[in-house]
Amino acid sequence: MKLVKAIIKPFKLEEVKEALADIGIEGMTVTEVKGFGRQKGHTEIYRGSEYTVDFLPKVMIEIVVDDADAEKTTDAIVKAAKTGKIGDGKVFVLPVETAIRIRTDESGAEAL
Amino acid sequence: MKIKKFLLALLLGSSAFLMAGSLGAQELPVEEVADAVEAVADAIPFEDAYAAFMETPGAAFFTISNLWLLISAALVFIMHLGFATVESGLGQAKNTVNILFKNVFIICMGILTYALWGFNAMYPGDAWSIGGFFAMGSWFDVTASVDLMTSAYADYTWYTDFIFQAMFAATAATIVSGAVAERVKLSSFMIFATLLVTFAYPITGSWQWGGGWLAEKGFYDFAGSSLVHAFGGFAALACVIILGPRAGKYIDGRIKPILGHSMPLATIGVFLLFLGWFGFNGGSVLNADPFLVSLVFVTTALAAAAGGLGAMFTSWIFLKKPDLSMSLNGILAGLVGITAGADSIMPFWAILTGLIAGIIVVFSIIFFDKIKIDDPVGAISVHGICGIFGTLAVALFSGAATFGVQLIGTLSIGAFAFIFSLVVFGLIKVVMGVRVSAEEESEGLDVGEHGQEAYPDFGASSR
Repeated sequence: MKLVKAIIKPFKLEEVKEALADIGIEGMTVTEVKGFGRQKGHTEIYRGSEYTVDFLPKVMIEIVVDDADAEKTTDAIVKAAKTGKIGDGKVFVLPVETAIRIRTDESGAEAL
Repeated sequence: MKIKKFLLALLLGSSAFLMAGSLGAQELPVEEVADAVEAVADAIPFEDAYAAFMETPGAAFFTISNLWLLISAALVFIMHLGFATVESGLGQAKNTVNILFKNVFIICMGILTYALWGFNAMYPGDAWSIGGFFAMGSWFDVTASVDLMTSAYADYTWYTDFIFQAMFAATAATIVSGAVAERVKLSSFMIFATLLVTFAYPITGSWQWGGGWLAEKGFYDFAGSSLVHAFGGFAALACVIILGPRAGKYIDGRIKPILGHSMPLATIGVFLLFLGWFGFNGGSVLNADPFLVSLVFVTTALAAAAGGLGAMFTSWIFLKKPDLSMSLNGILAGLVGITAGADSIMPFWAILTGLIAGIIVVFSIIFFDKIKIDDPVGAISVHGICGIFGTLAVALFSGAATFGVQLIGTLSIGAFAFIFSLVVFGLIKVVMGVRVSAEEESEGLDVGEHGQEAYPDFGASSR
């Protein structure tokens, strides 16, 4: 099993979710995060004083999938989340040791 | 430590003693009494005399005026909700409960202390202790009589007078609460606010509305640009000087903005204040005269609108972007600016008054930040600086008073509030401190002072 962790631009979430549904991936967890990579922040001004905002709002999607599905999952995410402009985000794949469905106590691949 | 506790006990004890003494005495200020009504009052019980009065033609205007004043009192009351929301919106999420708590305390304390002391201290009639300058307070309630509950008293009853003025008194303290937010110690603030509203506010109020020395000089402050707003603004300035800025606001000569956590709340607050101001100014006509009340509604609204636009475009031109919080302050600046002359400054000049106030407030806010006076909501600029301007505007844009007397009036009221606050807040600082610890300030006053969070779920909070 693999954990696919993707950090994308917030407005791309719906598109990514639909792209994943199209390839049969329907469960995911989504978190609102802030961060930056090479994308510079921007300057804001509040009551006359300027300040830089380095941390930009992003959305983090986490999905645990079968090893066999990992590649098509990452492909779908990359394609749907890409705008071509800086700050599009990143996708990571990590190994998963255990998965358990709480309601039924199933574990392993059946839990996904 | 013992000396400090003794001094604090002395301070609180003497105040309580003064107020307890006032409860025993029932002093009725002597007002103008229509001869016919006086003759009736001597002979007939109140209920009958009152019923007889209500049959007279004059009772119609009296009833409508009285009703208008009561509605205005309710509108001024709504301003407290406005203050609560604008202050919490411009503060950080972690301090929201504390800001709200201070505002809840102020309205409760304000009405009660005004009943116990302030009303009679502010309107002594002939019962001055130091003629024209100071009068002792006392319990406000009276035995109902036609002298006090019919047009023999005014175009409204004694009770209406009390409740309308009580709502004003509490707004003076709430001006301070915004400026000291996010680092003031709760108990210290509660003590200071009580003393300010109970004792200081009625003193300056008596100078003008109570018929004191400023009234005799021809000073003109229709609804309180000086008596409420400059008073509160300069009290706030003194407190902020003693309190110091929020941690991390001024670092290495740079100003680091501390963002308000809810612009929707701040906007709701300002609109509520705007709504309440129709009562604040409209009720200050002190009757339901169609011409005057309608004129005041118009000048009030025009000044508010011009203040909003003035601040909007000033921030756009000089600060690169149109700033919402500055625009909100601009509306308030326009309202404060017109408050002294809403019934004497004609509509065209009311627009100019509001516009200038809106422009002034932007530069004032920036100025105070530059000299490291940290005011999270801009209260010192909106109420203090624009309160002075609004008072002077009466001389500049209407013929109701001379520039000289307006200047004397506004400066003496501002100075009194400033010095009183410097002394009292300074004393409180020496005795018990006025600031939360650095750790509590960074964790948030909600948890530190109240053991509560405004937003306990995942959401707006960040530490």
